[in-house]
Amino acid sequence: MSLAIQTEIKEKAETPTEGLEEKVSVRHLNFYYGEYRALADINVNLYQNKVTAFIGPSGCGKSTLLRILNRIYDLYPNQRADGEVLLDGENVLRPKQDLNLLRAKVGMVFQKPTPFPMTIYENIAFGVRLYEQLSKADLDVRVEESLRRGALWDEVKDKLLASGLSLSGGQQQRLCIARTVAIRPEVILLDEPCSALDPISTAKIEELIDVLKRDYTIAIVTHNMQQAARTSDYTAFMYLGELVEFDNTTQIFTNPRMERTQDYITGRFG
Amino acid sequence: MVVAKADGRYAGRQRRNFIATALSIGAAGFGLAWLFLILTVLVIKGVGGLNLAVFTEMTPPPGGTGGLLNAIVGSLILTILAVLFGTPLGILAGTYMAEYGRYSKLTTLVRFINDILLSAPSIVVGLFVYEIMVAQMGHFSAWAGAVALAMIVIPVVVRTTEDMLLLVPNTLREASTALGLPRSLVIRHVAYRAARAGMITGVLLAVARITGETAPLLFTALNNQFFSWNLNAPMSSLPVVIFQFALSPYEDWQQLAWTGALLITVTVLGLSILARSLASKKVPL
Repeated sequence: MSLAIQTEIKEKAETPTEGLEEKVSVRHLNFYYGEYRALADINVNLYQNKVTAFIGPSGCGKSTLLRILNRIYDLYPNQRADGEVLLDGENVLRPKQDLNLLRAKVGMVFQKPTPFPMTIYENIAFGVRLYEQLSKADLDVRVEESLRRGALWDEVKDKLLASGLSLSGGQQQRLCIARTVAIRPEVILLDEPCSALDPISTAKIEELIDVLKRDYTIAIVTHNMQQAARTSDYTAFMYLGELVEFDNTTQIFTNPRMERTQDYITGRFG
Repeated sequence: MVVAKADGRYAGRQRRNFIATALSIGAAGFGLAWLFLILTVLVIKGVGGLNLAVFTEMTPPPGGTGGLLNAIVGSLILTILAVLFGTPLGILAGTYMAEYGRYSKLTTLVRFINDILLSAPSIVVGLFVYEIMVAQMGHFSAWAGAVALAMIVIPVVVRTTEDMLLLVPNTLREASTALGLPRSLVIRHVAYRAARAGMITGVLLAVARITGETAPLLFTALNNQFFSWNLNAPMSSLPVVIFQFALSPYEDWQQLAWTGALLITVTVLGLSILARSLASKKVPL
């Protein structure tokens, strides 16, 4: 166990899962890219208003798992999932699931910042208009509120009509988070949101995660162990398409039950 | 003696680099020289005939005075109609291929056929439209001309639309889908917006291409020595007038042909420059 992680962990209280509401519940989930089975019998919960981190070496299936929760994999042929993913008790993998509604409830932020080729204002307002009919004034309020939540307002308030593409990488990523928050989802999926960012932007986004979890249930995929330790309440360690261990973050980083988890977090492989 | 050997190789690489660079510059220069020559001759021969009458008077009988008004207007009408027919079809087909049917066999088939259409000799298009429209209707018409030109526009627009949409990163589609946008909105508001400059460039290139087409019009719109708005009748156009006048023995007709050629060239040049400047704009807003 590295000193850095120990420092992150010291402050954290143990968070037992008893009595917590299961916002998302993954049951016996398998996932296939064509013939290749990328996930095998995954069982895991995301708890209401908690942050769950997914760690593991590249190719272990963390991002794949995230991409199932909002069914973004549906965009591609030859990708399929079986098993159950329950959101508030409803299986979102069922064929008649309304995908757009699901994605409005389960927002996602990707590894690379993906601002739309429009103004900063429009980047936020665009999604909101789909779901709500707001007056211009209300929409302005929503845009400001979302940009504040994305910790971006102070930097862009004077140039809302500039292109979203004109922002720096870190700002673009916070714009994407603000855009996701703007449509008021219930769950937010973060797929390595900081891997393309510098340490300062990373710190800003981590602070943001801490604030956001008051209102949302959050899942974050990360390669950065300190980040997992700092930001999450629970951590799931995945390896070769299987979920090796799931526990509260303190437990995983101080006293993991499985040897493979221990090896990974201490940097002996991965 | 590793260093010496490496030096020898380095000198060899430099020599080869020099030869390759010289050949490339030579080839570029060769191509440009002809282009320059053509443009120069065109300007020298064409500018002399350029006067107000060219834009205000009809094509004259041999020996008379006149201009190219009916041909210019005819060309404009035919081009606009062709773009109106061809662009929506081309964009819709390209959108299907890049967005909805990206992984389907139909797309592979359509792309193959479209590539054949793209390189089909335009005279074949002219004959085809002659057969299905002119022969059926019993007379030449502007409608038939516009349809023939549209058939040249379509494959160009299909190709550029598909190519430009395929250049839009998938991450952008995923990001907008993840916001809960239905596919149609992802395409209209995100993919089209990101690909817009390229798609407009494609349409402009198609316009540039049909502006100079003669063969498909010879069999369809034919020619008309008078001014005509009637789309059901033969219509004059610049390329056909140039074709007719340039081959004639009359000097004043030949002069008008040069002037017409200069007009077409300047138009195509202008469109190409416009297309270029649009394509180089990286951030369309």
